[in-house]
Amino acid sequence: MAEAMLIARGLHAYYGRAHILADVALEVGAGEVVVLIGRNGAGKSTTMKCLIGLVRPAAGEIEFAGYRTERLAPHAIARLGLGYVPEERRIFTDLTVAENLEVGRRPPRQGLEPWTPERLFRLFPNLGEMRGRPGGRMSGGEQQMLTIARTLMGNPACILLDEPSEGLAPVIIEQMAATIRDLKAHGVAVLLAEQNLHFAGLVADRAYVIEKGGIRYSGSMAELAADEAVRAAYLSV
Amino acid sequence: MTLATFVIQLLNGLAGASSLFLVAAGLSLIFGVTRIVNFAHGSFFMVGIYIAYTLTESFGRGSALGFWASVLAAAVAVGALGFVVEILLLRRIYKAPELFQLLATFGLVLVIKDATLAIWGPEDLLGPRAPGLRGAVSILGRPFPEYDLVLIAIGPLVLGLLWLVLNRTRFGVLVRAATQDRDMVAALGVNQAWLFTGVFALGAALAGLGGALQVPREPAQLFLDITVISDAFVVVVVGGLGSIPGAFLAALLIGEIKALCIGLGDVSFGGFEISFSKLTLVVEFIVMAIVLVVRPWGLLGRPGGEPRHAAATEPPLRPLHGYLKLAAAGLGAALLVLPVATDGYVLVLLIDIFVFALFAVSLHFLMGPGGMVSFGHAAYFGLGAYGAALLVLRAGLPMETTIVLGPLVALAGGLLFGWFVVRLSGVYLAMLTLAFAQIVWSVAFQWDSFTGGSNGLIGLWPPAWLASKSAFYHVTLILCVVAIVALRHLVFAPFGAVLRAGRDSPLRADAIGIDVRRHQWFAFALIGGFAGLAGVLHAFSKGSISPETLAIARSVDGLVMVLLGGVQTLTGPVVGAAVLTWLQDEIARRVEFWRAILGGVIILLVIAFPQGIVGFIRGRFMREVT
Repeated sequence: MAEAMLIARGLHAYYGRAHILADVALEVGAGEVVVLIGRNGAGKSTTMKCLIGLVRPAAGEIEFAGYRTERLAPHAIARLGLGYVPEERRIFTDLTVAENLEVGRRPPRQGLEPWTPERLFRLFPNLGEMRGRPGGRMSGGEQQMLTIARTLMGNPACILLDEPSEGLAPVIIEQMAATIRDLKAHGVAVLLAEQNLHFAGLVADRAYVIEKGGIRYSGSMAELAADEAVRAAYLSV
Repeated sequence: MTLATFVIQLLNGLAGASSLFLVAAGLSLIFGVTRIVNFAHGSFFMVGIYIAYTLTESFGRGSALGFWASVLAAAVAVGALGFVVEILLLRRIYKAPELFQLLATFGLVLVIKDATLAIWGPEDLLGPRAPGLRGAVSILGRPFPEYDLVLIAIGPLVLGLLWLVLNRTRFGVLVRAATQDRDMVAALGVNQAWLFTGVFALGAALAGLGGALQVPREPAQLFLDITVISDAFVVVVVGGLGSIPGAFLAALLIGEIKALCIGLGDVSFGGFEISFSKLTLVVEFIVMAIVLVVRPWGLLGRPGGEPRHAAATEPPLRPLHGYLKLAAAGLGAALLVLPVATDGYVLVLLIDIFVFALFAVSLHFLMGPGGMVSFGHAAYFGLGAYGAALLVLRAGLPMETTIVLGPLVALAGGLLFGWFVVRLSGVYLAMLTLAFAQIVWSVAFQWDSFTGGSNGLIGLWPPAWLASKSAFYHVTLILCVVAIVALRHLVFAPFGAVLRAGRDSPLRADAIGIDVRRHQWFAFALIGGFAGLAGVLHAFSKGSISPETLAIARSVDGLVMVLLGGVQTLTGPVVGAAVLTWLQDEIARRVEFWRAILGGVIILLVIAFPQGIVGFIRGRFMREVT
């Protein structure tokens, strides 16, 4: 593993009295694609929200790019170079594609080639053809591409991708996998939350298995694929 | 009405609409992004007109340049005031429940009012007319002020400029994005704090400009804050929350209808005299009521344009703990024997506190378990009071019967208005309750021959056996306690449970066979009756009533009481009523600038106790008591 750029230790989070995360720990190295895999309700999205600061962890430490971030506001964490692509996509439906990208725009980051709308339209040709279209009048797959593009406009060094394959057609899922591999080739690290083991296998280097708010297993993607027992215990439906 | 008068009235309406649009546009922008219903927006308008008065008096008499520079400078100054207010106050309370934010901005209204009084004094101040625009042009043979023609042009001009800012600048794109999803904007690295500050300052500057432009047309007066804010609320709601073009359209519509009512004057239809000029006080509220019933989300608003994150889910209510029950009983007993030990004045204050405790508890029932925030609760208090007073004075009934009949009048009002109200939710519902309250108020205010008009009704004395203060005190205490306890029981009764279910999830409640709307309707009417009882007791304790009894200020007092005590507790409203009644009485008697002090106290309380006083005590000391 390359030098760790995103580290979480001992994260605990609550919604009211419900204990959602119990002692979650994980690491993502520079340029690495890591999957956080688990069933519905296992705590994947909450982990992601803690990392970007939308949910305040009750205990634990988060380190990103050498800064302690668990007490920072979301915008401050984002400015350090952590991108967040939420599960529900949360496109600004009243804004056009170009305006959605504008919201995400941040100054260039050292060591990374800056993203521009033109460069993103090469990565997502569909979007280039609908720059003036309101986000609310796009298909689910197009919206998913737009959320990723919007986050890339912030020139993140690492992005949190929350279930990007959810609800997409198989063809689009293949495209999504190709996109993630592209990002990795551009030096962007990715933490992916997924319940689709097949999709995770297409893109991820390493995996953490999460169940009932705790990490139950960690290893390389190949090791997880070989470990029948773990898959049966935590991932089969 | 001739064609010429008709056209002139239309133009008058357009001129009036411009300032209204500016204020409403600012209010709408601020609400869209920060989700704060800024009660102090009318105050910004008022400060704008006062500052413009001072500046134009010094620099705007001689030169047109000086005049217009003064107007713009006043707008900028109010924008700066908004900037400071956002940073010092609002920033601390964005995480507080929406209603607390409303309460804090209401505290601000009081502070700004007294500051204005201290700086400019109580006199009405009429500024100079605009140099170069002092004349009139002839339209169809009638004179029309040149300045008003300029005002007519300014409305669309500002609408165009706002459109450019919102659609062609990064700031505007961020504002529109944040209107939809604040958290996502933050997660993309945008510092919301500065975005909010910017929007608030811009909105305040628009209100200030709206005020400053009125300098040659109307005097600067201290009551402008409240009249302007209620007009602006109406415009924003009619146009659709968050829609700037909607605000423009609504401002035109209401400006025109008001102008036409003035133009029509008194008209007789088949023997009926209808005074349209008297209608101007309420016509906007009638328009709002109609629009909300036909298009609940406003003319250009969209269905589902309500805040995405509704109120945080409320924790289940808890019955009083054993010890507290004992304490309450002890307090009740102490209050019963109190008249032995004390003099008249304390009893008068306590009677007020009991009456307002009942008023606040009834409002709380509507807001908490009922999930319906009413901005017009005073209507039912007033219907009870006026109902009882009219029955005594006009029908000659004894006071005892009006204790039953007065609340029934209020309940009937609740049944009538509630039928419309429960069709809406959230801010729209609140605005419709305000509209009905204003209609009731204006009837009481203008129907001189029946309700006594602005003088009200006097000579309401209780019968001989209740003539002594202590006897009246006991009756009030007992009736209020019985009513409050009954409401408490109702919260935990099946009826209350059904209401709470309907509040927390209307869809699921519907799906298990509960007719949510009908329950809300009955609750609304019933609560009207309880507020009416408080009104009856109030009327007889004072011996007279006036339209103040059901004015906006009374409704706001009720909200302040409930929010001070804490919405999520059942004892809160009683504590809030006691604290506010005592504060108002105590400060108003001793201090000149009591409003500012009261406002300051409210603001500090909101910052210190965002969960309300009782909510704070419970959170702090009673975590283990369940």
